[in-house]
Amino acid sequence: MKGTARLPKAARDVRRGDRRALARLITAVENGDRSAEPTLRALYPFTGRAHVIGITGPLGVGKSSVINELIAHLRGLGRTVAVLAVDPSSPFSGGSVLGDRIRLDRAPEDSGVFIRSMASRGHAGGVAIATRASVRLLEAAGFEIVLVETVGSGQVDVEIRDVATTSVVVLVPHLGDEVQTMKAGLFEIADVFCVNKSDLPGAERAEKHLTDLAGTGRPRDGWTARIVATSTSPPRGIDWLWEAIAAHEAFLDAGGRRSEEERRRLAKEIAGRVRDRVGERILEDPALRGLVDRVLARTLDPETAARKLYAERFPSR
Amino acid sequence: MVRQVKQPPIRVLIAKPGLDGHDRGAKIVARALRDAGMEVIYAGLRQTPEAIVQAAIEEDVDLVGVSILSGAHMALIPRIVQLLKKEKASDIPVFAGGIIPDEDARRLKKLGVRAIFGPGASLEEIVTTARTLAGRST
Repeated sequence: MKGTARLPKAARDVRRGDRRALARLITAVENGDRSAEPTLRALYPFTGRAHVIGITGPLGVGKSSVINELIAHLRGLGRTVAVLAVDPSSPFSGGSVLGDRIRLDRAPEDSGVFIRSMASRGHAGGVAIATRASVRLLEAAGFEIVLVETVGSGQVDVEIRDVATTSVVVLVPHLGDEVQTMKAGLFEIADVFCVNKSDLPGAERAEKHLTDLAGTGRPRDGWTARIVATSTSPPRGIDWLWEAIAAHEAFLDAGGRRSEEERRRLAKEIAGRVRDRVGERILEDPALRGLVDRVLARTLDPETAARKLYAERFPSR
Repeated sequence: MVRQVKQPPIRVLIAKPGLDGHDRGAKIVARALRDAGMEVIYAGLRQTPEAIVQAAIEEDVDLVGVSILSGAHMALIPRIVQLLKKEKASDIPVFAGGIIPDEDARRLKKLGVRAIFGPGASLEEIVTTARTLAGRST
């Protein structure tokens, strides 16, 4: 491996395929452990090469089962795969039960697969920052494909586009009315729709409905979302699903869109990191207390208070 | 800049090795640990010792809890301990729950299992022990 001699030890270990070193670094990233920063910095040049695929959708549509079949399919093609499965943390205890491994089944001796569960932990800046950093570690460890699984509800589903090259939205037949409510969120982020459990009645209708939706909408940046029907017991349609995902990647590469998208994501990430720091500074700002007093007493409204503080701290030149 | 130093959550793997399908106990323990603020990676039923050890490493857990009601504990648990050692991960403590006779419990402890809970164990006891095993007595 070229140029690894000067890397910090942990970075070298990750590059050599040491799974424990990789796992520990992911923990450090999750914990916001600053002592890992030199290692992350050293590994950064080895990132950006994987096809990162977001798999999202409502609870119970079979995301993990689809991922399980995708792993088998991709291993059959000789590709290495890492999975990052993000589940919510309890807003009450901060704890969580991460159960996606139950459905992910593979040969324990296969070093071409790595699976990691991650709790959302209510990060400042959302799931995106810790997830992106973890994806980079998996890339630096040499995984060619990284599947990021998130529950599509709330904010997370929109953030997946800030992490993934290709976003797959998994649905099932008969989501009925929910289809309407999801139009503004999940439906916009999908590069590929996967209608899972397509052995159930109503699958064809759901497929047609989505085709209509994708066809009548304006294609985003020249790409019209593909719709693929799958089922996982027994597995069916997984090869078509992969074909659609790979077609999206090829589309991005051909038009130079991939680097454009990456540029957009990175700009957003850097801005987000700056915003977090500024936010922390403002929370500790001595002037904040006085402003809060006045807002609390209803002599000042929050927006005006924010403008005042902002203008004081960031005077326009 | 003052950064609040918050203790990161304890990560614990809960798994059921072997062939019995009685996962109620494992699920109750998983929920109790979650409610105590831990991140529980629930690996579910019929796991091989190899898969459990692999999950423990990939998930970088602070401890591993296994539940066995099949009677095969003397075959499965030592194998897990041995595999962890082989992966240079014997620093990850293992605890067990299930129907485990006292004599077997003594032998398992001698092999390195850090705690064993029988049918009478309270959830508080399990949570407290898990915290201690993970090196957080607070």
